[in-house]
Amino acid sequence: MMEKLIFYLQYPFVRYALIVGVLIALCSALLGIPLVLRRFSLIGDGLAHVAFAAMAVAAVLKLDNDMPVILVITIVSAVLILGTGRSARIKGDSAIAMISVGSMAVGYLLVNVFSTSANISGDVCSTLFGSTSILTLSESDVRICCMLSAAVVFAYIMLHNRIFAVTFDESFAAATGLNTRIYNLVIAVICAVVIVLAMNLVGSLLITALVVFPALSAMRLFSDYRSVTLFAAFLSVICARGGMLVSILAGTPIGSTIVIADMAAFLVCALIGRMKGET
Amino acid sequence: MLIKAEDVSLGYDSKAIVEHLNFEVNEGDYLCIVGENGSGKSTLMKTVLGLVRPVSGTVTFDESFAKKQIGYLPQQTGAQRDFPASVEEIVLSGCLTNGTFHPFYSLEDKALAAENMRRMGLEALRKRSYRTLSGGQQQRVLLARALCSTDRIILMDEPVSGLDPAAAGEMYDAVEELNRGGTAVMMITHDIEGALRYADHILVIGDEVFFGTKEEYMVRAGIVPQEEE
Ligand SMILES: Nc1ncnc2c1ncn2[C@@H]1O[C@H](COP(=O)(O)OP(=O)(O)OP(=O)(O)O)[C@@H](O)[C@H]1O
Ligand SMILES: [Mg+2]
Repeated sequence: MMEKLIFYLQYPFVRYALIVGVLIALCSALLGIPLVLRRFSLIGDGLAHVAFAAMAVAAVLKLDNDMPVILVITIVSAVLILGTGRSARIKGDSAIAMISVGSMAVGYLLVNVFSTSANISGDVCSTLFGSTSILTLSESDVRICCMLSAAVVFAYIMLHNRIFAVTFDESFAAATGLNTRIYNLVIAVICAVVIVLAMNLVGSLLITALVVFPALSAMRLFSDYRSVTLFAAFLSVICARGGMLVSILAGTPIGSTIVIADMAAFLVCALIGRMKGET
Repeated sequence: MLIKAEDVSLGYDSKAIVEHLNFEVNEGDYLCIVGENGSGKSTLMKTVLGLVRPVSGTVTFDESFAKKQIGYLPQQTGAQRDFPASVEEIVLSGCLTNGTFHPFYSLEDKALAAENMRRMGLEALRKRSYRTLSGGQQQRVLLARALCSTDRIILMDEPVSGLDPAAAGEMYDAVEELNRGGTAVMMITHDIEGALRYADHILVIGDEVFFGTKEEYMVRAGIVPQEEE
């Protein structure tokens, strides 16, 4: 088995995939904590569907480099949904539902009507479930992914205390002079970037798992924000790494393998959490 | 004078809930705001804090302090109850207000947080998780956080609601202690008895609006007879 692994690791695209996967897992775990705590878990899902439609638009326009287009469309949608903060909750739930299904329909229609590819359902399937795309990343894709995730991690560390304050108690933060609108915007932009990145790894339908599971698992075990953050990041990286190795060795689809790893980790954490609670 | 409200009408989307409010808070005052559910007490507090714009009228602050120097203890919201955060993390988040941008807490911030946790008797709970604390302890954590923003004036939205008499008593004692130290207090409460025991000014909001000293309020409410000349 070790030999098989070493054999695969000789290929640059496998090494790239491992690097990028770990970075994306790190970013999405960090983002997941404020999203889960604000009861915004499904926003990742909605935005991923928007990103799917954006990808279809980029495909129709026959762009060589579709990343910027997808990023811009997703960021704008994220700002519209999230940027207005808690007050947007009146629209919240149903707005996200409408945006999700709407963009799915538009996206699929565009791909179906305009695509010149011979294997449309295969293309769609891999965008939705991320089956192979991460292994086909070019060096420039990897570079973009690395830069974006580094930027996300940096922004998150610099703003960590403020994101905490705004998430824990938005009105207190606003009352004492924090510009909560800016931080809501920052969270929205980070969210969009992470979604677009994560789409490469697990596909649009499974992104929510990558965002939500590490945060939820960490919350079973820890009860202060700092430990939750650190553990969620750690767990997400481990699961992504493990899931990718398994999928390379066993030939299973990368996205679902990672998500199943995250799910298994959650079950273990929930069990330990319950045992801790009982003693 | 710290805060002065002149002919303020409160409301949302230019629909007024309460009209023509006049009151002021001076250095060291202890003002209690009473009124029925939905009468606009929380809205008043948010207007003073600048979270809601007044429909008309003005709220002015003493020139000597920036708006940021207000401590605020919001009415409890459900979302906070299962939030994974330690007492220390929450109290520290009150220190984010001092204007300039620093990504991390400074040593002074930490010292200030430690001092306020001591004042609220929270030293032993420093590392405890907020969600495992009792309601009274949670309120004291939020009060310690508010004190990190300022100790000139502190606005509290129903700090004793849902507390048992002993915990409410502790809360009142803590607030009184602060008030003796010179912190002005503006407190929303449904506990008229407590208000009359501790406050020196009362603001009643509702169909009828009243602002005055505690003595004036008691005369008006018929609790004590008007003194004969
Ligand atoms: N964001 C909002 N937008 C529109 N109307 C609001 C908003 N928040 C509160 N209201 C309305 O304003 C009125 C006053 O609400 P407020 O929260 O100030 O009452 P309150 O005096 O604090 O009541 P309680 O004692 O229950 O806390 C209520 O009728 C409420 O429905
Ligand atoms: Mg209220």
